[in-house]
Amino acid sequence: MRRLALATLIACALVAPAFSQTAPRVEALGDATAGQAIYQRDCAFCHQIGEGARNGVGPHLNRVFDRGAGQVDGARYSPGLLRMGRDGLRWTYETLDAYIANPRALVSGTRMSYRGLRDETERHNLIAFLRAYSDQPQNIPESAPTARRVQPDLSAEVLALQGDREYGEYLSAECSTCHQRSGADLGIPSITGWIEEDFVIAMHAYRQGLRPHPVMQMMAQRLDDEQIAALATYFATLGQ
Amino acid sequence: MLLNRRRFLASTAAASAALSAPMVMAQARPRVVVIGGGAGGATAARYIAKDSGGAIDVTLIEPTRQYYTCFFSNLYLGGFWDYDALGHGYGNLAINHGVNVLHDWAVGVDRDAKTVSTAGGHTLAYDRLVIAPGIDFKDGAVPGWDVTHQDVMPHAYKAGSQTQLLKHQVENMREGGLFAMVAPPNPYRCPPGPYERISMVAHVLKERTPTAKILILDPKENFSKQGLFEDGWNRHYPGMVEWVGPAMGGGQVEVRPDSMEIVVDGDVQAVDVCNVIPAQKAGRIAQLAGITNEAGWAPVTPGDMRSRVDEAIFVLGDASAQGAMPKSGFSANSQAKVAANVIRADLTGSRVFPARYSNTCWSLIAPEDGVKVGASYEPGPEQIDSVSSFISQVGEDAALRRQTYEESIGWYNGIVADIFG
Repeated sequence: MRRLALATLIACALVAPAFSQTAPRVEALGDATAGQAIYQRDCAFCHQIGEGARNGVGPHLNRVFDRGAGQVDGARYSPGLLRMGRDGLRWTYETLDAYIANPRALVSGTRMSYRGLRDETERHNLIAFLRAYSDQPQNIPESAPTARRVQPDLSAEVLALQGDREYGEYLSAECSTCHQRSGADLGIPSITGWIEEDFVIAMHAYRQGLRPHPVMQMMAQRLDDEQIAALATYFATLGQ
Repeated sequence: MLLNRRRFLASTAAASAALSAPMVMAQARPRVVVIGGGAGGATAARYIAKDSGGAIDVTLIEPTRQYYTCFFSNLYLGGFWDYDALGHGYGNLAINHGVNVLHDWAVGVDRDAKTVSTAGGHTLAYDRLVIAPGIDFKDGAVPGWDVTHQDVMPHAYKAGSQTQLLKHQVENMREGGLFAMVAPPNPYRCPPGPYERISMVAHVLKERTPTAKILILDPKENFSKQGLFEDGWNRHYPGMVEWVGPAMGGGQVEVRPDSMEIVVDGDVQAVDVCNVIPAQKAGRIAQLAGITNEAGWAPVTPGDMRSRVDEAIFVLGDASAQGAMPKSGFSANSQAKVAANVIRADLTGSRVFPARYSNTCWSLIAPEDGVKVGASYEPGPEQIDSVSSFISQVGEDAALRRQTYEESIGWYNGIVADIFG
């Protein structure tokens, strides 16, 4: 009996500080090594990639991410693909995924005579392989992501969440890179001493893209409800 | 009954802890040594000392008494920021947070004995070591140039007297002269930095000698914010800036500091000012500590910035090889807070929170014409991964560009308060 009680206590202690780190926050684009084999099987006959790659039947695929469709000098493209490029089609994870799944579904009249890769895992592995031959964010910060974010769930009782102030203090270190704790607001507004509910509403508005600021949208999109509540509690009580 | 006994036990435990605490602290306060007082090191020292409330003994080793930030040094070059406003001392770290600031050079790390030796002859023991030395230049990266030529052809890529020298040279360039920049290969500190610098030099030359020309010799096929910079150069400084990429010989450059000439793909060109930004590697102490890889950077694990070579060492900022984050003051500051949380937990059992990383780089193209690029990052299975990014757009109206510039000033004041206290 006592042993059982103790076990329960320990279990509680282990569960209590359960943060979002227990759930994966990102997932890999795919398995690039597995993707290389798919590339060799399905793509390499027409597309070269890597150092010294040249255009063949199709364009070379170096730096394909972030490129506008139909933009490789000297490559042959269909009128349909060139038109899509002028319309603003850019190669991203999502557009490549759709194109590789079914080329004709994305670009009518494409020269790429590939019937498509229906297996989602194979597609993701192939894209992970291609990603390695494009610009890297450590050199070009605006280049394509290297992983996919796992989106936090939205809960209905968001406003009722009790903020964990200590967690909020830790998280606030990211805010204070720009927002001064003192409340000074030259160029960047103060967030010190806000009413908790206002803070929570504002952060959710950024997360949903209703409030327009790219930095704040980016910051808010990676905060889950618990984290927003923690920050609201911390900043509401800062300086009191 | 049980409750009473528990409460009694709890209260005696607390009382005895309080009584013995000073003695325990005097004997065995865990020690953290931080090498390097820049955006990574100073932030780590400040957060570890501040958040541990004196429970951890923090020593910061930094040779300079006044630290000049590389970020915003281009704005000084362009006449938009005072030199003195780039400088920051360490008094607040000592006064407000009890950091032991040692102005000395770290010259060796004995990882077995867990000690750091300094040029001043000190040996400091550590339980956890933070290495944040920034960058050094690779020897022989630009044929004809080494640091003995930095008084003639400055790099100005470590801020301070080098920045002052370059500014002086630009302001005193002859009518119709030529400014050349030898841009660095990837990876290097501050990806948009060289190109913001070109913008600031162009601004000064436009005011003083508008017939001058600027030549960028670049070993890279493209660079950060390229579309934004090229658009800005065309609008503000038409015909002044020429970018020569690797296809046109931009990667095959030799410099001759004695005769103020450069040789581009075999062609000799006289220059009036030459800013040489060589290829980079981690600051020397990282190499001396034996924690760097073949490329010259120190690999770390993505969730905590811990060295992959030694669990007692953390590497922050430019010197680290962590994955998708650019080498920037913002990144270093962001990484430092993650590491500080983990180091504190290592030594005092405090709570560990999930790693959060972010970065934004603002650049000024012309007066009140500011742009920015940023991204958020998460620890992935193998490296720090980028999960989303944003960038200013070509064609934004002047009011938004002015607001972005004002925002950058707010950020500067915010981050230096966050770093230096």
